Amino acid sequence: MLSGILIFNQKGENLIFRSFRSDCRPRLADIFRIQVISNPQVRSPILTLGSTTFSHVKHENIYLVAVTKSNANAALVFEFLYRLVMLGRSYFGKFDEEAVKNNFVLIYELLDEILDYGYPQNTETDTLKMYITTEGVRSAIANSATDSSRITMQATGALSWRRSDVKYRKNEAFVDVIEDVNLLMSATGTVLRADVNGQIVMRAYLSGTPECKFGLNDRLLFDGDSAGGSSLGGGGGSGGGAITGNRDGTTKATRAAAGSVTLEDCQFHQCVKLGRFDADRIISFVPPDGEFELMRYRATENVNLPFKVHPIVREVGTTKVEYSVAIKANYSSKLFATNVVIRIPTPLNTAKTTERTSQGRAKYEPEQNNIVWKIARFSGGSEYVLTAEATLTSMTHQKAWSRPPLSLSFSLLMFTSSGLLVRYLKVFEKNNYSSVKWVRYMTRAGSYEIRF
Amino acid sequence: MAMSRIRGAFAVPRKGETFELRSGLVSQYAYERKESIQKTIMAMTLGKDVSSLFPDVLKNIATSDLEQKKLVYLYLMNYAKSHPDLCILAVNTFVQDSEDPNPLIRALAIRTMGCIRVDKMVDYMEEPLRKTLRDESPYVRKTAAICVAKLFDLNPAMCLENGFLEMLQDMIGDPNPMVVANSVTALSEIYHAAPETQALKVTTNTLRKLLMALNECTEWGRVTILTTLAEYKTTEVTESEHICERVAPQFQHANPSVVLAAVKVVFLHMKNVKPELASNYLKKMAPPLVTLVSSAPEVQYVALRNIDLLLQKQPEILNKELRVFFCKYNDPPYVKFQKLEIMVRIANDRNVDQLLAELKEYALEVDMDFVRRAVRAIGQVAIKIESASEKCVNTLLDLINTKVNYVVQEAIVVIKDIFRKYPGYEGIIPTLCKCIDELDEPNARAALIWIVGQYAEKISNAGDILAGFVEGFNEEFSQTQLQILTAVVKLFLKRPEKAQGLVQKVLQAATAENDNPDVRDRAYVYWRLLSNTSDPNATKDIVLSEKPPIVTTIHSLPPALLEQLLTELSTLASVYHKPPEQFVGQGRFGADAVQRAAIEEQIQNARENPLAAAAAAAAVTGSAPPPQSQNNVENLLDIDFDGTAPASAQKEPSGGMSGLEGLAGTPVRVESPAAGAPAGSNNLDDLLGVFGDGGGATAPSSSSGGAGADLMNGFAGLDLSGNGTTSPPPGGSQPKKTNEDIMSLF
Repeated sequence: MLSGILIFNQKGENLIFRSFRSDCRPRLADIFRIQVISNPQVRSPILTLGSTTFSHVKHENIYLVAVTKSNANAALVFEFLYRLVMLGRSYFGKFDEEAVKNNFVLIYELLDEILDYGYPQNTETDTLKMYITTEGVRSAIANSATDSSRITMQATGALSWRRSDVKYRKNEAFVDVIEDVNLLMSATGTVLRADVNGQIVMRAYLSGTPECKFGLNDRLLFDGDSAGGSSLGGGGGSGGGAITGNRDGTTKATRAAAGSVTLEDCQFHQCVKLGRFDADRIISFVPPDGEFELMRYRATENVNLPFKVHPIVREVGTTKVEYSVAIKANYSSKLFATNVVIRIPTPLNTAKTTERTSQGRAKYEPEQNNIVWKIARFSGGSEYVLTAEATLTSMTHQKAWSRPPLSLSFSLLMFTSSGLLVRYLKVFEKNNYSSVKWVRYMTRAGSYEIRF
Repeated sequence: MAMSRIRGAFAVPRKGETFELRSGLVSQYAYERKESIQKTIMAMTLGKDVSSLFPDVLKNIATSDLEQKKLVYLYLMNYAKSHPDLCILAVNTFVQDSEDPNPLIRALAIRTMGCIRVDKMVDYMEEPLRKTLRDESPYVRKTAAICVAKLFDLNPAMCLENGFLEMLQDMIGDPNPMVVANSVTALSEIYHAAPETQALKVTTNTLRKLLMALNECTEWGRVTILTTLAEYKTTEVTESEHICERVAPQFQHANPSVVLAAVKVVFLHMKNVKPELASNYLKKMAPPLVTLVSSAPEVQYVALRNIDLLLQKQPEILNKELRVFFCKYNDPPYVKFQKLEIMVRIANDRNVDQLLAELKEYALEVDMDFVRRAVRAIGQVAIKIESASEKCVNTLLDLINTKVNYVVQEAIVVIKDIFRKYPGYEGIIPTLCKCIDELDEPNARAALIWIVGQYAEKISNAGDILAGFVEGFNEEFSQTQLQILTAVVKLFLKRPEKAQGLVQKVLQAATAENDNPDVRDRAYVYWRLLSNTSDPNATKDIVLSEKPPIVTTIHSLPPALLEQLLTELSTLASVYHKPPEQFVGQGRFGADAVQRAAIEEQIQNARENPLAAAAAAAAVTGSAPPPQSQNNVENLLDIDFDGTAPASAQKEPSGGMSGLEGLAGTPVRVESPAAGAPAGSNNLDDLLGVFGDGGGATAPSSSSGGAGADLMNGFAGLDLSGNGTTSPPPGGSQPKKTNEDIMSLF
């Protein structure tokens, strides 16, 4: 498997060199620096030289490199590198050159723990944080034998993600449904691609070893497996308010209340019992303590697009481009989106721009070749317009403008583009305590692009 | 304070740094010693040689500070080799630690011992390892399990003698899933290093245990177990069904590598189950595969390469998912290129309009490489889907009208391929001829000249056009020269009155003033043919023969290689689309592997051979070739392996990796396929040429035009002549061969 993990800064200085096998020699660091970091031609994340393969990802201003000598599992290698990035971020806040230099001892310690002989071991942040800490000196737990055995039990147990002795005075669970809506619209206004990548993040503050059951308005669950093809009016539209303590969601009532959603695919945190989901689509799990991503899903049918954008862009001769961009909010007037940012590309040889907006502020950002139009608060149903003009310098070498797509970012609370709703979250624990649950919905722009 | 001092170590080394470190290491204050160890490790990372500090670092090994212990161990692992004798001093600590009441320390000790690759240390490992393998803590056991693999690497004999393998095999039944996973990992590592040990033998019993552990262990453990399940070969239908049933839920795992590993298992075991069930699994597989496309770009890239493989085997699985493969504006190039290839693969009558609109959009972007590939993709779609060919041609004409130089050139090359499949587009030739002055790449020039020569009777000013090229004959690339030569001869045969002088001139230039043997040889052959007065039609029959239409310009892997790669899903081999022998150490130049690969190439060749029409038909429908053509294939094999095997063996490692380079011991660079594809396919074409079946006529690469084919056949001729008379030339074995180019050689 992995022969070594290397971390470089942008200049190609080797910050971390941890070899796991004898075939990972120090000079490999030089080879990577020469062949990848100082070679602008490299376009692939995988490079094999002789029988050595370098797989790298770039994060902030560092390169994380995995060295392998065999026909390694490439998907696993990259996924592991990304997991390392995640660990770094959760330990240091930001995982960059600075953090690596300041914490190199800890990083070596982490690498030693999460890889053995090049095989990934437990990479769960919460578990690792129990015995590898930033405090420098080990806190008492890791050094006392009894506590250590408890830690190691957890690090290897079937519930490797949860301590058994969690206690809260007030038992609460917060569920965040966060959807990234992706749109690609053609210049003629047809939707080329619209889909939703959703994630459900849970913050569980529950005592003991709670067994949770989680229900969505998933169409397959409603209709049973038989009616897979039939289409049900799926647009739940705006997600309702927070539901709290919906402990015994009677199926019949909710079935009538909400439309259902077809989930194209779901991925679950490792705590979810996949066998049960596969058999009867019940999401059942023992949650880790604190925040974690319970599931990710994808939906492609009946996607509610929160914003409609109509750009009109005219190139007047070779010296001027005229813009008129209208944007309309397509959700209930009770809701409002925040931080709406519209990036309108300008040609590379733009000299100056003038812009007028009916709401918000627009500014030209030369380094990005964009006019950035920001609207802090965008209430439902309203429509705003920007008109702008870009004056171009004439260039001796006139090259056609590639017209990159116009892109949008926003966040919109209490709205799900897919129409997904949480129907219930039930908690079963042997102490039979009562718990409070909160649900929040949010839709953000994923890659929301409009061609013109 | 401490931080700034540590960071200081990144600065340029000062004089006497080692001295400073040493005095720190032996300081009477614990914190100074620890800090010095940290600095030493830092220096080690920077590549400085701090091995001279070995004894001083070693003194700090006996400590209750776990962090310091880990640092000392890290140092030890790095420099043990340079001071093998001194390592003995550490043994005592290791043995003690392996009996520490704290499981973390026990595990640390056994983990580190395995990494100190010194013979003497190995001698002391036996006892601690035996104990830790039976430790009460699963954390220690899982660490010890891996340690067995480390020991096996160092000293296989000792590992076997002490029965560690058997212990490990028993541990597959361990109650803790992580111990199971690591035992499987270690066993599979040992098994792959030394298959004769039979270390990992999956029986019905172990299979049950593996499937049980699968749902409980960590994500990485799941990958290990799934990989083992994929390698497990069973013929029993019920067993395969059971495996598929238990593995399919893993499609829903959050970790893409688990998903891919699960896809691999189900895909391989699916062959044994009932067809309805299998198609059910195929349906189930599609959504998770699509989800992989929204992961991080590097993971996405691996996934896309794998999807490409799966599609070559099961073209239908992602039929409805065209849109998810649309390129995003900021996708990295390697992802975009791969998405293009996949889109072409899943193109069909229903989605072709959408696809064409999208491809046209890409062709107007700025990244030159991407634009070219987009144009090429349009051509591939045209040849793949007959009903869409007209729309494709119109799209290409639109692109030609943009007058962007490289778009025009690529479009011409692509249109040439379309001509080779569909008649009836001669109407656009005048439009093409208008671009003649803008073409500066040999490929594009050759393509246009081929078109002019091929349709000389329909182009009124063909003579003038060709005359222009003949004028500058000696400045052209040989690829273009060959094409000019052929085109002029064609023109002469079709309209002798127009080209009498021209043909004289070009033959003169090609024979008298040219250094390229291929060009000269071809000119002589034409000359002789033309001066043959006994049968004036013979020349026409040869040069103007009817050419079989091409089947596809989409690159596909030979079936045998594809089968092999499907068993390698999600590994590097599946990313490179190359068998692992080609880029991992052992057996890279193993004669067997290379010959096997060569035979596969050969079979693929034969399938594409226009003469073996049945076989070609089979290639289109994807069914096995009928027995008759199979014979043909075998004949060809016999001929070619009479004498040319060594030559082919040297040529085999395509994609910028020539056998010679590798033998000389220089590092061989294997560029990732997305970036290196054009080079790779050209090499492949060379290979086709070596086998001399005239595969150029159907050469899978659209980049090599007619000129490319000629060049290849040139190689074939050279190669065969080198073989003497023992093996009859392939042309001879295929008397009906009407390909003008290959005939021209004899």
